[in-house]
Amino acid sequence: MITLHCPYCGVDADETELTPGGEAHLKRFGPGSSDEDFEGYLFARQNPKGVHFERWRHAYGCGKWFLAARCTMTLEVFGTYSAQTTEPPKKIKDAISAKRPGWTWGAFS
Amino acid sequence: MKRYSAFAIARQALSHHQGWERAWRSPQPKRKYDVIIVGAGGHGLATAYYLGKNFGITNVAVIEKGWLGGGNTGRNTTIIRSNYLQDPSAAIYEKARSLYETLSQELNYNIMFSPRGVIMLAQTQSEIRGYQRTAHANALQGVQTEWITPARVKELCPIMNIDGPRYPVLGGLWQARGGTARHDAVAWGYARACSDMGMDIIQQCEVTGVRREGAKVVGVETTKGAIDCDKLGMVVAGHAGVLADMAGFKLPVESIALQALVSEPIKPCMDVVVMANTVHGYLSQSDKGEMVIGGGTDGFNNYTQRGSFHHIEETVRALVETFPMLSRLKMLRQWGGIVDMTGDRSAIISKTPVEGVFVNCGWGTGGFKAIPGSGWAMAELIAKGAPGPLAEAFTMERFKRGQFIDESVAAGVAH
Amino acid sequence: MSTRLARGGRLVDRSTAQEFTFNGKTMRGFAGDTLASALLANDQMLVGRSFKYHRPRGVVASGAEEPNGLVNMGRGAAFEPNQRVTTTELFDGLEAESQNHWPSLEFDVGAINTKLAKFLPAGFYYKMFIHPRSFWKHVYEPFIRKSAGLGRAPKDRDADTYEHFHMHVDLLVVGGGLAGLVAALKAGREGKRVLLVEQTAAWGGRAMVDGGRIDDKDAAIWVKSAVEALENMPNVTIRLRCMGAGVYDHGLVLCYEKVREHEPDAAGPRQRLWNVRADHVITATGAIERPLSFAGNDIPGVMLASAVRDYAVNFGVSCGDRTVVVTNNDDAYRTAIILKGEGLDIPVILDARPVVDSPWAMRAREMGIRVEAGKAVSKILGGKRVTGVAVCAQAGEGSVTEEIACDVVAMSGGWSPVVHLWSHCGGKLVWDDALAMFRPDPERPPLGADGRGFVSVVGSANGHMMTGAVMADAGAKVSVEEVAEAEMMPVWMMPQGAKRSLREKAWLDYQNDVKVSDVQLAAREGYESVEHTKRYTTLGMATDQGKLSNINGLATLSGALNKAIPDVGTTTFRPPYTPISLGSITGAAKGDLFQPVRKTPMHDWHVAQNADFEPVGQWRRPYAFVRDGESVHDAVMREVKNTRQALGLLDASTLGKLVVSGPDAGKFLDMMYTNMMSTLPIGKCRYGLMCSENGFLSDDGVVARISEDEWLCHTTTGGAERIHAWMEDWLQCEWWDWDVYVTNVTEQYAQVAVVGPNARKVLEKLGGMDVSKETLPFMQWADGQIGDFKVRVYRISFSGELSYEIAVDAGQGLAFWQALMAAGEEFGVMPYGTECLHIMRAEKGFIMIGDETDGTVIPQDLNLNWALSKKKDDYLGKRAQERAYMADPNRWKLVGLETLDGSVIPDGAYAVAEGTNANGQRNTEGRVTSTYHSPTLDRGIAMGLILHGPKRMGEVVTFPKVDGGEVQAKIVDPVFYDKDGEKQNV
Repeated sequence: MITLHCPYCGVDADETELTPGGEAHLKRFGPGSSDEDFEGYLFARQNPKGVHFERWRHAYGCGKWFLAARCTMTLEVFGTYSAQTTEPPKKIKDAISAKRPGWTWGAFS
Repeated sequence: MKRYSAFAIARQALSHHQGWERAWRSPQPKRKYDVIIVGAGGHGLATAYYLGKNFGITNVAVIEKGWLGGGNTGRNTTIIRSNYLQDPSAAIYEKARSLYETLSQELNYNIMFSPRGVIMLAQTQSEIRGYQRTAHANALQGVQTEWITPARVKELCPIMNIDGPRYPVLGGLWQARGGTARHDAVAWGYARACSDMGMDIIQQCEVTGVRREGAKVVGVETTKGAIDCDKLGMVVAGHAGVLADMAGFKLPVESIALQALVSEPIKPCMDVVVMANTVHGYLSQSDKGEMVIGGGTDGFNNYTQRGSFHHIEETVRALVETFPMLSRLKMLRQWGGIVDMTGDRSAIISKTPVEGVFVNCGWGTGGFKAIPGSGWAMAELIAKGAPGPLAEAFTMERFKRGQFIDESVAAGVAH
Repeated sequence: MSTRLARGGRLVDRSTAQEFTFNGKTMRGFAGDTLASALLANDQMLVGRSFKYHRPRGVVASGAEEPNGLVNMGRGAAFEPNQRVTTTELFDGLEAESQNHWPSLEFDVGAINTKLAKFLPAGFYYKMFIHPRSFWKHVYEPFIRKSAGLGRAPKDRDADTYEHFHMHVDLLVVGGGLAGLVAALKAGREGKRVLLVEQTAAWGGRAMVDGGRIDDKDAAIWVKSAVEALENMPNVTIRLRCMGAGVYDHGLVLCYEKVREHEPDAAGPRQRLWNVRADHVITATGAIERPLSFAGNDIPGVMLASAVRDYAVNFGVSCGDRTVVVTNNDDAYRTAIILKGEGLDIPVILDARPVVDSPWAMRAREMGIRVEAGKAVSKILGGKRVTGVAVCAQAGEGSVTEEIACDVVAMSGGWSPVVHLWSHCGGKLVWDDALAMFRPDPERPPLGADGRGFVSVVGSANGHMMTGAVMADAGAKVSVEEVAEAEMMPVWMMPQGAKRSLREKAWLDYQNDVKVSDVQLAAREGYESVEHTKRYTTLGMATDQGKLSNINGLATLSGALNKAIPDVGTTTFRPPYTPISLGSITGAAKGDLFQPVRKTPMHDWHVAQNADFEPVGQWRRPYAFVRDGESVHDAVMREVKNTRQALGLLDASTLGKLVVSGPDAGKFLDMMYTNMMSTLPIGKCRYGLMCSENGFLSDDGVVARISEDEWLCHTTTGGAERIHAWMEDWLQCEWWDWDVYVTNVTEQYAQVAVVGPNARKVLEKLGGMDVSKETLPFMQWADGQIGDFKVRVYRISFSGELSYEIAVDAGQGLAFWQALMAAGEEFGVMPYGTECLHIMRAEKGFIMIGDETDGTVIPQDLNLNWALSKKKDDYLGKRAQERAYMADPNRWKLVGLETLDGSVIPDGAYAVAEGTNANGQRNTEGRVTSTYHSPTLDRGIAMGLILHGPKRMGEVVTFPKVDGGEVQAKIVDPVFYDKDGEKQNV
């Protein structure tokens, strides 16, 4: 049972307060997009063994969605940050690089 | 292969069991195989077995990074049923169930298939409708199921409390020919048969790369060196995404933890398998006497084979509510496995963008019951290079077309 | 025989006798006894039967590692199987009976299996019972099941209560022995919030028996002062009878407290499960003594050396008159010395080590004890109780040099650190060759949220077996006076070259009956992985989870494979450390508290009116209001007729109500709904559809435009929270620059549907706002007053009748409902339930989320294209609905179905087409989605999805029933009632 720091209300929230929301930083494809892009948007997932960016909602707390960078092998959390961004902030990426040099995830590294 | 039987045991007893041969050989990899199967779990071994049995392809290696049967095959709650709603699911699970019925005899290895019957409880009006729909579908699919009354549920499973108060039992979908089997034995039995056909099961050998020439696969890199092959079958459940990545394509799969637990063993008190989806738990009693309990999945990507305890708590609550006598039993052991969930929670048995590479994954929480059918269909796909009727709907192309195999519609969870 | 000594027993209170029964026989013990010590005090060494061979089993250990002493305890609602006698505290009136035998413990028919043992080697069931096929289910399996299992199944609902504690601490210390006390003291003095838990009922651990002298005082005195110091620290919480059960990710530790297992008549919960979130965890869980693998080591009377002295020192119980000690280390000499000190006979210490000249051996010899170096047990003599040992050389094959009579054999194969908690969450082990043990590898701890180790291990659990070393390891600066020990010598087989006949009698796992020869067989057959061996032989899979057998089994396997022990590896330690009750995991959440029940303001009224409820999500909704003499079906039929002919009231409070407001709310709702909501005029209502991004219908409901930038969105009962979260998701994560606020006001309002031809009359009678057709036409809403109530009235209809859905403040809900009932009496008012609602909407051809939809249905399937705005570039689900399979003209489409014979099509039936598919399954061409007996039309009506349905009006399709019959139905328009809407638009 993991804990994550909610960047909005500042609480170290227990997993029981949170609902998971799957992979973060998905780019939405709507009408006019290709079948491949649309399929990728809905279904293709990084699902890495290692560094992962994902969505969480502090559902039984402040209600806010936020994003987390986490290792799927050790459950180490590199940091949490606002959901209102299209890529991980530098601080988060640096924190990951310090622990997992050479990491990549989708378009990020 | 020396055959197993009571007579063989009696004969061996005279020599103090010194004469038993190895159940499977432990060979070093050859340079090249016609087919390499990655993953010596139930699905991988069954694939290899039916490649040999149905298609005469025996120059096969099954490569396993750990010990055979050590993944989800050896971690699940061993439920076997085929009362699925959608035609493709019902077809492959019923194929699997019917193969299970004779598997002990076919493999000459007692997998202890126990057709003790499976009840799926209806505890809401929508579950009643869902299961009645499934019963109708099953009747047309050649799957024997039956809608039963609460009184019949109680008769089949006297330890159940059908009166609620929170969720009274309103009926159930009963598959008399569903049941359980000894999970390890399924892997071991297939492994023994594969080894006997001359196939190499190579344990402690991790695939580190997939070698291609252009768009075609030519072999794999492993911790025991490079091995060539004409065709490659990836049958690695939770690690499917990792392997696909090596081959250079993406899968619509996420890996998450699924947990289970057993109680201390007690004398027989429950002769059927019960699944309660409203409260989200399922229960059976092993031949050893342990109450075997499972529930829902965790919600996040995870490769640790550990889950979050509050899910165990939810499952146990649900079952204590339905089976009050459980309260004074004790949890002996809890564990987790990593299941691979696809976009529609149904499996993938498919060609891939890489020529010669075939993938079988995405069984999610319901893989064990599919093993023989999955192996059968996957073997046909690999041997012919094109899917047979069992595998056809399970193509990974379906996600692009929007043609899903969605079992959640009948209020069911796919355990 | 085993008996109570005349003196001693530091844990028992000889002034307080307690009576208990074992297998119906009344026995006496003292307060402070465990059930095990009390049984031994009554000469009851035989306590059970093993799992497979039904061999007689006696108490082996004195703590949590006990594999044999498991009993059925209590009766009725307090009955519990598999209670471990060594960890069960005695209380007056305790009732216990032994398990797994028939007809009696002394004479068990199942013991025939022992005679058949050679036909029942490891894994025999994989090789047998294969033919004939039907025999497995009907003959073999029932037999195996009956002979397996241990305790009886409880029958009754548990009468006890359980509870959960939640606690956050800086440091959790597990284990109240010396190391744990030192660690807790240190952290406590540093001001940390500390929780210290100890699984037994006493502090001090092994030090109370073996501790030597600390700072010139008896170890027990040091323990006492340490506990007092901790009790006086406000930042420290300490708990006895509280076991560290499992370590989970990010510092979660479950602790299992036996609150009143030992005093069942006291008030309060029986057990308490602690959810402790710790920044750091120190496990000071001690070590467990290992048995030795020699022939007959399972015969009652063969015990762990430490247990034998524990019973003497802690409980004043002698396990036997003549105790042979067999060991590979110095520690076991303590047992001999203590027993000798009590005046008991120690015929010999058999020490496997070739040279024995340590201070301990000297001391034993000085006391007149015969010490034999290089000697071993060839085999134990006796059946249900040890009668002697056959002695041999450890170096040989087991040729007997002499036989020595005795009734107890105290064995010690060395000690294994308890590393379970360290390992639960991924901590790794390292093999210590000198001490022949796995110990925690400090380089590879379990990792916490910050990627650093969050568990550390001190004391014996860390491999330190001497008092001084234990205390130093935990951080204490004390002087310890103790007698040094010579090195132990690993002994995995006794004697070293034991011949086959001996190996076949040398037990590794006492409960599951796994012998040395079984592990060797598994290895020969290729089950080489330690997990294979475990599963093939069942080694370590019993209720003790291999606490005694793991290392010996591993060593045996490594020997068979000719590999070093660390190369064979260990099996995975999984929680819990010892079994914990499912009741404690459930906590208070059972019965009425199992899940929260959501009730509308009118709920109690419904209950009083004998409503038949159905669960919808966590709500309870009246399914029908059943009157005396009516069946549920009768009630539903009456409710439909009455509503259509007079007046019905529906409690619609459970419908979701989401207020969406802000400058961008219109734009947002245009994305959420397939319809255009931004253009809805203020004061109007519109029926809207929501789809998932995958294109499938997910919810529907009426949307009302409240003001320029505020809309009220109704959702389905089950959908409110889900749709609220869904909206928040898009607002926060995709369109975060849009200025929109969503508020879930579902529970702020009670809502009543006033339905039927007399609906307007009742409202007019109550008086207030104008509800005429002219002022408040269909699909409009208005705020106002009705009677004494401030209301918002929606002119919407899900029944096809004249209908008002009226919202009032939740607190006014019941009063408003009762006012309507009273005023409606002259108009024939009756409440109606969800089934009536379902039937009426089906008669009108209205779809129901969850009936017509199932997560695979798109709006186009339901001919709802009119609700898909053509003016919008985008809405959630639009792109998905353009995919090949979604646009396929062969998708099944919604139609009405009218049975030819007037009967009701069974729920869930499929329409069949000719032939079968490639998998031999019957082809289908549709299915029923809603099916009812319509009291209005007095015939079966249905809706269904049918291949090319709308183009096949008038055609007949066939629905087979599961019982073999079939129903034929004509494809018709789905609107069965009032096609032109004349009833609702009045």
